[in-house]
Amino acid sequence: MLRDRVLSPYQHGSSAIHRLPAGAKLAAAVACILLIVLLPRAAWGAYAAIGASLVVVALVTRADLYQLLVRLLLLEPFVLGIALLALLRPGGVPLFLSMLTKSTLCLACMILLTATTRFSDLLAVLWRIRVPSLLVTTLALMHRYLFVLLEEMERMQRARRSRTFVAGRSSSWRNSAQVAGQLFVRTSERAERVYLAMCARGWKV
Amino acid sequence: MHVPDGFLDARTLISAAGLAAVGLGLALREVRRHLPARRVPLIGLAAAFIFAAQMLNFPVAAGTSGHLIGAALASVLLGPAAAIVAMTAVLLLQALMFADGGITALGANVLNLAVIAPLVAYAVYSAVGRLAGESLQGTLLATGFAAWCSTMAAALACAAQLAASGVVAWGTVLAAMGGVHMVIGLGEAVITMLIVAVVARARPELIAPAATAAAPPRHRAAVAYGAMLSIGLMILLAPFASSLPDGLEHVAERFGFAESAIAAQPALLPDYTVVPLAEASPWLATVAAGAIGALVAFAVAWFVARALAAPGRTTARH
Repeated sequence: MLRDRVLSPYQHGSSAIHRLPAGAKLAAAVACILLIVLLPRAAWGAYAAIGASLVVVALVTRADLYQLLVRLLLLEPFVLGIALLALLRPGGVPLFLSMLTKSTLCLACMILLTATTRFSDLLAVLWRIRVPSLLVTTLALMHRYLFVLLEEMERMQRARRSRTFVAGRSSSWRNSAQVAGQLFVRTSERAERVYLAMCARGWKV
Repeated sequence: MHVPDGFLDARTLISAAGLAAVGLGLALREVRRHLPARRVPLIGLAAAFIFAAQMLNFPVAAGTSGHLIGAALASVLLGPAAAIVAMTAVLLLQALMFADGGITALGANVLNLAVIAPLVAYAVYSAVGRLAGESLQGTLLATGFAAWCSTMAAALACAAQLAASGVVAWGTVLAAMGGVHMVIGLGEAVITMLIVAVVARARPELIAPAATAAAPPRHRAAVAYGAMLSIGLMILLAPFASSLPDGLEHVAERFGFAESAIAAQPALLPDYTVVPLAEASPWLATVAAGAIGALVAFAVAWFVARALAAPGRTTARH
């Protein structure tokens, strides 16, 4: 399923890259992205070198290259959408090409990072580098319940589809909104239970 | 509207990240001090809910479909400070897990979608709500217009950042982003109203009516005004910043682009009576176009709110 593939970027593996500490990988990815962003616009040699080294890293991770490529291509429309704006200005073609290259290289960095590092490990890094605890708690809860809520939403949609026979744009808007609204009601009820469970385990703000 | 890496220049990235950090820091402080502990887990779960709701498809036409942005929805359901934290979490997860939205551009994205959008949404929500009264219709009207305004504010802030980075001329990007998001904002408004109507009927206690939405305490107001001021500054300064080396004549020339680009999209504002105005004063024409868009959005929000609040109409479908 394309959707499952999109939602789970992490690929299991035991390569050298997988075993590196998450903090080091995050730092390396951020440093690489900073370098790419700060390079002058016409540094084509540097872009080629970075691109080649990213390909080498991808090969070392022994990740599923096809899946990495699919992720990259799925994100490319957003990059193109903004890059196309540059074509509106006179003489914007070199700017367009260099921004497209920069963005694609940065995307490749992040895709490699997320393919080899679990999100929970990245959260632990955020915790260690003193990102405000409220934000990390929020992120952790979000990550924990994201898939629970997505599954719940799918169940509700399936139930809805099996009971309604009206097709059409306006009814499909209403149905989606109905699902979202009920999902929020259930989410807030679940949040109450989660709070009680957290308190039972000694949680404090 | 997520800006990827590689588009914004260092100056814009740093100033946007600074503003985002201030907004987020104040929101975190506000949540820690004033939100009951019971509500804290809801922020995380609501962030997951917003992410899930963004995946629902709303078919538009010819196989295309739109989806929710969610800043206004979060603001109405959670209040402004919690909405800022929740939207920041959504953007962080999207950037760190799905590479959607850049790492260096994170500050800019958080500023646009997680600070400016919820704050504008809440400001409009409570202002319109106070005028429209405590009824469900008033709350829905306030919700819809707040959703449109927050979408526009985020789009304009994003446009200002792109222009300030020299990616594209201010006039062009204003016309492109502003024009497109006037329409996207209508979709956002209708979706948000539909969802809020469902929640308000199922569990009215989850939504404080817009009329009684707390008049913002002083520091919350400070956040709002700070963000407003910075949007204003960016919008005002961006065209000059992006063309300072070329002198002010260039600004005029770029506004020439604005005109042609707006005029090239007649479908968006069919009876676009401000075209003659554009020759006289491009700034005024832009303001007039914005005002017409806002009026249309307000009218749409009013009609949808009336339809949704009509007694027995939605309840009959349960």
